[in-house]
Amino acid sequence: MSRARLTILAATALLALAASLVLSGVAFISPAAAQPPAGIVRPDSEPNKPTLELGSELFAANCSTCHGIAGRGITHARPGAGDLYGLGPPLRHVGARAADFYLRTGLMPLDNPHHEPSNDRVLFSGNEIRSLDRYVASLGGGPGIPDPHPRRGNISAGTQLFTEDCAGCHQEDARGGYVTGARVPPLQGYTDAEIAEAVRIGPYLMPKFSSRQISNAQLNSIIRYVQSQNHPYNRGGWGIGNIGPIPEGLVTWLIAAPLLLITCLIVGRRLKR
Amino acid sequence: MREPRRGAEFTVLALLLIATVCAIGFIFVYAFFSPAAMPNALLGISIGLCLICIASALAIIGKRLVPSDELEDDYPTEHPDKQAEVVEQIHAAGSMITRKRLLLGAGTAAGCALGAAALTPVLSLGPFWDTAPLDRTPWKRGVRLVDESGDPIAAGDVLKQTFYTAFPEGADPEEIGAPIVVLHLNAADLRMPDDRSGWTPRGIVAYSKICTHAGCAVALFRKPTFATVEPQEALICPCHYSTFDPFTGGTVTFGPAGRPLPQLPLQIDSAGHLRAAGNFSARVGPGWWNVREQPT
Repeated sequence: MSRARLTILAATALLALAASLVLSGVAFISPAAAQPPAGIVRPDSEPNKPTLELGSELFAANCSTCHGIAGRGITHARPGAGDLYGLGPPLRHVGARAADFYLRTGLMPLDNPHHEPSNDRVLFSGNEIRSLDRYVASLGGGPGIPDPHPRRGNISAGTQLFTEDCAGCHQEDARGGYVTGARVPPLQGYTDAEIAEAVRIGPYLMPKFSSRQISNAQLNSIIRYVQSQNHPYNRGGWGIGNIGPIPEGLVTWLIAAPLLLITCLIVGRRLKR
Repeated sequence: MREPRRGAEFTVLALLLIATVCAIGFIFVYAFFSPAAMPNALLGISIGLCLICIASALAIIGKRLVPSDELEDDYPTEHPDKQAEVVEQIHAAGSMITRKRLLLGAGTAAGCALGAAALTPVLSLGPFWDTAPLDRTPWKRGVRLVDESGDPIAAGDVLKQTFYTAFPEGADPEEIGAPIVVLHLNAADLRMPDDRSGWTPRGIVAYSKICTHAGCAVALFRKPTFATVEPQEALICPCHYSTFDPFTGGTVTFGPAGRPLPQLPLQIDSAGHLRAAGNFSARVGPGWWNVREQPT
């Protein structure tokens, strides 16, 4: 084998290797490693069962800096506990539904009210969340935690509804995306109740959908579709995270094409003149 | 002497004639159909057939009518005598073409017709063309807003912090001017242009759902949960993230769109249903319709 051909071979192989490394990184983005709960102030003796009292203590210690005493809200920034400037919406009448959603998905508590809430970790235990739900609900009524039944939903209707109402931001495969000014989260790994809560609440920049727009029956179908996207149907081959035709094209160009070139170089012979 | 190939010649002539007719047909179709109902299939077929015929004619000329005998020796040097010798040889071998002028004429005709067809879209710039049909949409004063299932939309049902897609009653929802997005905003926060007073009853606003950049559906609406620290309401096109401000008449705040979203004036009828109070504030659809106007 000539020296020039060896160089070409090596370069092609390197390119293919680099491409596959990049792509495997794209395809298998792992969720942030779970971190231990931190920064939460807890009462000394925590009861085993959720109670209103535990909820009010947790709220006063962890939420009231931004949401104000008894959830009245703070609309003009003012210094609160731990050098934090408090700023946050009132929580009266939001009910257990909103509290449950924001706490269970880890969107709250937020370390800086100017940051976009992100669901990287859940800081409260299940017992604490139920206590806080109960406390926030006691602040002034509001809707309770929904109890959807996606098994009663129709996955075909859900696909269509999701396409019309949700896919604009969350993408057809529920893998998330962007709007100007915010990230749109992927919808894998949420519980049925959390999806139902999000649709009705409209967390952060998401619009909220009333039961006039999306009935509870339709919501069941949507949840069924979203849950089906946890394990989407692949028509074979390498799924590469169902992230769409562009990465699939990259696979073709950066991996398959160099492999074919190498094969050609090995198998083929230069035409003698 | 070479034998003339009359069959091939005739085929070439026929193909060039068809190409000419097709190109002229394209010009006729383009010029005489109303711009709003352009028969795209006819245009495509005529220009496509024209190009195929010209290509086939050229292929036949190359394969059958141009001598392609190979010289036995290497190509002669630049010596003038040798060159002249070759030319003489070629002349002596004769030609396979008997009607050179006719062929040239047919070729010129086909080429000119194709060139003219390619220039025809210039007609669209006016003033020969009536461009009024492009302004026409299914919306006019009194047309009711209906949802996807055809039910009228009551003003009282339009909630804040969400968005609705609506269509004109009785019209084809597929038409580019049909879909609109309806929002309920705080009436006190609206800062509409002066000539749009009364377009937004109770703070309900409507815009064309077709992005002015590339014609995608403006399918994203963002709304703040806590307006003090979060971005304000905006309509966003998912294709290239053109972002429109619904409070100020659909002006572009981000992205590649070149002009505001066309706004639809609204009114509420005695039954409480939403109706259009006129046509859009500007032409619907992608493109740079108002290129001569001052930027807004």
